Amino acid sequence: MKAFDYQRPETIAEAIKAASKPGASYYAGGTNLLDLMKVGVRTPDSLIDITRLDDLKRIEPQKDGSLRIGALVRNSDLARNVDILSDYPAIAEALLSGASGQLRNSATVGGNLMQQPRCAYFYDPHSACNLHEVGEGCDALEGENGKHAVLGWTKTCIAVHPSDFCVPLAAMGARVVVDGPDGSREISIDEFYTLPGSVQPPGSALKQGEIITAIILPSDAKRFAPRARYIKLRDRTSYAFAIVSAAAMLHIGDGRIKDARIALGGVAANPWRAREAEDTLNGAEANEASFKKAADAALADAKPSGDNAHKIELARRILVRALKAAADGTPPKMPDLPGSVFAVGKEAR
Amino acid sequence: MADTPMVAAHHVRLGSNSGQPMTRRDGIAKVTGTATYAADNHPQNLLHAVFAGASIARGRVTSLDIKAALAHPGVVHVMTPDNTPALSQDPDQKTTPFTARIDVLQNDKVRYAGQPIAVILAETLEAAVEGARLVKATYDSDQARIGFDDGEAFAPEAVGISTPPKFSTGDFEGNRKKATQSASVEMETPLQYHNAMETHAVVAEWDGDHVTVDMPNQAIGLAKPGIANYFGIPPENVTLRSPYLGGGFGSKAVLFGPQMLGILAAREMKRPVKLVLKRGQMFGPVQHRSATRQTVRYDMDADNRFLAFEHTANVSTSSFDNWLDGAANAGLSLYATPSISVSHSGTRFDTGTPGAMRAPGIATGSAVIECAIDVAAEKAGMDPLEFRLLNYAEKDPSNGKPYSAKALRGCYKAAADSFGWKDRPLKPRQMRDENGLLTGWGMGTSIFHAPFFPAKARAVLRKDGSARAETSGADMGQGAWTVLWQMAADGLGMAADDIEFDIGHSDLPDGSVAGGSAHTASAGGALFAAGNDVIRQLAEIATQDKDSPLFGAGNERVLGENGRLFKAEDPNVGESYTDILQRAGIEEIEGKGRGNRDKASTETYAMFSHGAVFAEVKVDPDLFQVRVTRLVGAFAAGRIINPRLAQSQLTGGMIWGVGFALHEEGIHDKRSGRPLNNDFAGYHIPVLADVPHLEALLVDEEDPHVNDLGVKGVGELGITGTVGAIANAVWHATGVRTARYPIKIEDLLKGAQALKA
Repeated sequence: MKAFDYQRPETIAEAIKAASKPGASYYAGGTNLLDLMKVGVRTPDSLIDITRLDDLKRIEPQKDGSLRIGALVRNSDLARNVDILSDYPAIAEALLSGASGQLRNSATVGGNLMQQPRCAYFYDPHSACNLHEVGEGCDALEGENGKHAVLGWTKTCIAVHPSDFCVPLAAMGARVVVDGPDGSREISIDEFYTLPGSVQPPGSALKQGEIITAIILPSDAKRFAPRARYIKLRDRTSYAFAIVSAAAMLHIGDGRIKDARIALGGVAANPWRAREAEDTLNGAEANEASFKKAADAALADAKPSGDNAHKIELARRILVRALKAAADGTPPKMPDLPGSVFAVGKEAR
Repeated sequence: MADTPMVAAHHVRLGSNSGQPMTRRDGIAKVTGTATYAADNHPQNLLHAVFAGASIARGRVTSLDIKAALAHPGVVHVMTPDNTPALSQDPDQKTTPFTARIDVLQNDKVRYAGQPIAVILAETLEAAVEGARLVKATYDSDQARIGFDDGEAFAPEAVGISTPPKFSTGDFEGNRKKATQSASVEMETPLQYHNAMETHAVVAEWDGDHVTVDMPNQAIGLAKPGIANYFGIPPENVTLRSPYLGGGFGSKAVLFGPQMLGILAAREMKRPVKLVLKRGQMFGPVQHRSATRQTVRYDMDADNRFLAFEHTANVSTSSFDNWLDGAANAGLSLYATPSISVSHSGTRFDTGTPGAMRAPGIATGSAVIECAIDVAAEKAGMDPLEFRLLNYAEKDPSNGKPYSAKALRGCYKAAADSFGWKDRPLKPRQMRDENGLLTGWGMGTSIFHAPFFPAKARAVLRKDGSARAETSGADMGQGAWTVLWQMAADGLGMAADDIEFDIGHSDLPDGSVAGGSAHTASAGGALFAAGNDVIRQLAEIATQDKDSPLFGAGNERVLGENGRLFKAEDPNVGESYTDILQRAGIEEIEGKGRGNRDKASTETYAMFSHGAVFAEVKVDPDLFQVRVTRLVGAFAAGRIINPRLAQSQLTGGMIWGVGFALHEEGIHDKRSGRPLNNDFAGYHIPVLADVPHLEALLVDEEDPHVNDLGVKGVGELGITGTVGAIANAVWHATGVRTARYPIKIEDLLKGAQALKA
């Protein structure tokens, strides 16, 4: 890989200063960035190793009832955190459905948000890809694109966001806390990701030098804890990215759905919040007919970006499955195969 | 080897060590990291070599800018076609077995993506890697041809290892006309890449015109002259060390361009050179399994017996070489049928050249045959096992020869009983589990050749009672260090712990190829014979020595065991090996051996290992994700030397079957020809969660004809049968047969939607 400067700042302020230079990149778990550097798709001039910033390693309940997760908390630690398991179980299920034990031990919360698309053409420095350089074009459009986006894509980019963790984050409306040269700010996860435009490929709202310091899980999402699931369809039982996935969270009272939160994974360049689908469920009965209506609403605008029309039907079906599973209740114990379609017990059918 | 007896004497018995489920004798070295794999060698003054690969699949390099690479700190030299000397042998010539046409910077032509176009030599690995990235090539490129619809069709002269591409027997057309019903299946199988955990690697160091090469290799005896030919030196000037391989699966039996470039670079630089392939580089110059497009058809009479079997396979190879997977030969010896017609056609893709990959031909062909058998059973309205038993081959249908041994009936019964097959409903979509998942049961028959190679071995017994046995054979992880050791110890009539043992080195007698599922029989047979030869000589000394209790016993009536020679009819009469040698004043006895297969037996018998695999799958009824929840296999492969390691080989093969059926697929961009999933995130193989329950039962089988020891192979058997069993189980669960492997969620969804409509 290209030679780079390496710095390991001791404070967030030092880190921001170092990362504000063009060509600088933060480095934490390294599970994605290092791969991209090895294939030559990412060639940072300097790596700012933030793994010594202990302030970013805490999980702290806030006075307003929300939960603040430091950006350097490891995926494995977060998935086993007592507050997460009791208050935000879909987060734990999503985390444990992703990657492998070894990767989760290394990967951080902030890095998970910053994952790059897994499109093979993006990973290939010789292919045209607007994520390499704006204006290069997109070789995926006419290439092998069976796993690509069905929502929110343009001909600029048809890649999907690969994260599992971010799907329930999107569903519950988590907020991303960033710090940077211009000070600290909070961004809703909806606004954190930018979809592809007519020229611009997808990306994030972060400016050069800005660092994710924490994610805040809202306190009002705790009411979904009894009925919150993340379900993921994949080509093998474990250690595979989602073909499609869904986070579904339901608040049910008096036999009716009082509030619903839905997001889809593997369908778009962001974790796709499906507000139209949520709206169809408000006040509805928690039954298959309602769930199918919601799924139709969620995918109403979907269109294939290539040889992937099947993903639209699969996304509908995974959402119905996740809603059913959520309605049946969060399992008292984490399933043996978290997030798997095979983890859904009898109660979900 | 005129002094080597070609028939087994009877001074030792296979069985004191052999037959025991010993754990791996190399296990502690491996788990403590002291087992030295090729890339673990770091000779002093080492240079690191990394090759830059072509980013086009077909065309020419028009210019190569190496300035930036040369300027990179640590880079010492960049080899290109402009400054690389010719090898002593045209790299497109194949003068020794197990060589292929290779690319070693001899011209500007590009024949596949990832082909080496420059080699960067640097003081550090990091510098060499970056140097490779800094090489800028421009090309004159042609449209890549990938896939059966885009590739160039041709008629092959041979498939597999020199097998005819067409075969027929019996009155095929006449029998077809007599048939009352037929079943046929068309399926495609994808490119698959071997991807041993240890990537290909070489460390080469020259001393004058002698070269020492550390390189994982399955065929040391062939690699040695092969390397010598490329570099114009006598074979004895090549020392090849390959004590441990991190998997081979066929691709480490052959010499490839990158390794030869490493050796060439060491000669050019007059320094030791290490070249290790990156994972992504495994998808080009070092072989893969051909893609196939197959049709299998069985015609039956009114009693549901086969009348005619037809198998055609269109098979991929490269644009510049001719290896083709012999998929359509997989069924020649499988089920009883009076007439057969099989044929292969070829299609040239702009990929590297394919080669033998675990169970070549049979894995690919049986994956489709076993589906056709189940389709035929369905037409016959019969249980798939009953149907297979009805069409059980008592003689090899392709040549009428009896099998040297065939305990397949026992395999069917053992596996079916353990699996609980008798409760299987005939129709698909009948079973759901307690969670509502579609459940299906399927089966397949396993078969693999039992070849035999002319391996050699040496054994030595010393006056102090110590002993040594050796052959150049290779442990790819399959357990040769243990199994061959057991057989060597039995040959010497000693405990395994009491002998020294060595393999994996070209100075040792040629142990032949660790491939074709022949290594235990071939190299093990040679080791046993070598030890036996020692004990025969020892018995001669003792029985002619007046001071020995064995004096006059007659050479043939003396046995060796636990370091002691004794009378067969009275084991109390005997003495230790040491006593005999010390009294005779002989420092050591050397024995030589080669395994033996009777020539007449080869003419008379069809020789195969057999097995049966039963699979249970669960399929999500809406989302069609598939999980293999149970695999039960039973196998008969003659005498089993080490049941623990045989089962490990068989279950490993069955897991490969899971990968073939559900996961493995090398995907290339159809325009550029570049591999798109050349890492383990993209190229899926089964993970532990994909294989929840696995059983490999060993069925007793005595094969008196296959070789002196009655040993057959288990390395490739497990993958055959398993693939079809899983596809049949998926059909039984869903009612859907997909037209291609791997079986994909989207294809099952489409199939299920079509069924509904």
